[in-house]
Amino acid sequence: MADKKKKKLPPEAQNYQAFQQDREVKRPVLLNCLKAFLVGGFICFIGQLISTFYVYYFNFTEQTAGNPTTATLIFITMLLTGFGIYDRIGQFAGAGSAVPVTGFGNAVISSAIEYKTEGFILGVGSNMLKLAGPVIVYGVFSAFVIALIKTLLIKWGVI
Amino acid sequence: MLQGHQTWVFENKPTIISTGVVGGPFEAKGSIPEDFDILHEDMWLKQDSFEKAQQMLMEESCQVALKKSSIEKEQVQFFISGDLINQITPTSFTAKTIGIPYLGIFSACATSAESLALSAYLINSGGADYILSGTSSHNATAEKQFRYPTEYGGQKPPTSQWTVTGAGCALVAKEGSGPVVTSATIGKIVDMGITDPFNMGGAMAAAAVNTIETHFKDRNIDPSYYDLIVTGDLGHIGREVSLDLLKQRGLSIREDQYVDCGLTIYREGQPVLAGASGPACSAVVTYGHFLNKLKRGEIKRMLLVATGSLHSPLSIQQKDPIPCIAHAVSIESGSDAT
Repeated sequence: MADKKKKKLPPEAQNYQAFQQDREVKRPVLLNCLKAFLVGGFICFIGQLISTFYVYYFNFTEQTAGNPTTATLIFITMLLTGFGIYDRIGQFAGAGSAVPVTGFGNAVISSAIEYKTEGFILGVGSNMLKLAGPVIVYGVFSAFVIALIKTLLIKWGVI
Repeated sequence: MLQGHQTWVFENKPTIISTGVVGGPFEAKGSIPEDFDILHEDMWLKQDSFEKAQQMLMEESCQVALKKSSIEKEQVQFFISGDLINQITPTSFTAKTIGIPYLGIFSACATSAESLALSAYLINSGGADYILSGTSSHNATAEKQFRYPTEYGGQKPPTSQWTVTGAGCALVAKEGSGPVVTSATIGKIVDMGITDPFNMGGAMAAAAVNTIETHFKDRNIDPSYYDLIVTGDLGHIGREVSLDLLKQRGLSIREDQYVDCGLTIYREGQPVLAGASGPACSAVVTYGHFLNKLKRGEIKRMLLVATGSLHSPLSIQQKDPIPCIAHAVSIESGSDAT
């Protein structure tokens, strides 16, 4: 795709882009991966601790502890987002803090905080899922497709 | 007046008689806090919204510029200004508050140079005696409009830049003492097909090179005429790209002669990645830092080349390349200019 686009550009622009790219600071991909792995893993580790805590001290099983664990993680994210710490973690960790449920929480909470100045209905209400909305849309849609495939396979006696 | 293809030369010496420079908390921790007139501790400036805070910054910078001169508000004919926010409301609301006849302009981060060029032109041709020209930006309003919510934890690439919270304003007059605006080159749109809004320095460098080259050609001078060539907000990448490109085109510009406002305002270690940006970047650094240098006699002639990328969040989503512009204004110390 990118190559196709490039061909349409006049040679002057192509030369400039190459010239510019030579001087552009690249994303440190390997280092970013390592940081994401460590921070993402650490968040999951905390999640595991919380989950174990619920199983041992409350009336939860390993299957049912998932929901309160997620809620607790999102609550912690809310505090970290509100106090302006989560965006700094995000700049350091990248995908490591974006992929776990805390990243989803941060996307919703940061939007809710940001648009408070436009009121609760048209501001917070309509913009809260601005960043997280696509995740829900495509999450629900892919779940639907997978469920459809599974149902059909069961019906045909494949599984 | 018109010299060459797109350059104005101002023979009647429009003078910057005073300036007002206001900044936010992040700028206070930067490397040039002493060049600000007012520094705020609070991003909100005790206002209800960031947009109102930005308006407040602009209002204060106008008030400071007026207060530092002996000019009354009623004597000023025009207020020429603009900013980044939709329909330039922070600027228009400022114009309502100060009540001076108003021309709203937009050149994104090149607004500072555009307003100064237009003001100097009007003064030079006798269209006004006093004009307030300036611009403002606010980190949070720009992030909200162009990128993500302030507290969103997205990772920015090393090419991205930090929008300055601040406002800079110059009071340009027909006569008086102070630095003189001697010429201005109006830039044209340069589009090199770059679509990445997180690398504006790299995109804008081409426009800067185009305008700088044209300026020297139109005025028939060479780079050694200026003590400093000050670019607006190219950042690390844009500065390197443009300097290398200028050298390639045969303009001999020294490394220490070519400075960038976006690399001057903040200290090493502040998390700004490739440098600062925003309309206020070139305005506060020029009207504060570099005009002070001119007044102290450390430099005699400077060329401000403010660069702007004229995209919108919508045009980026529709995959349009970023159109860039650069306007150049030369400022010389009063006694030296003939």
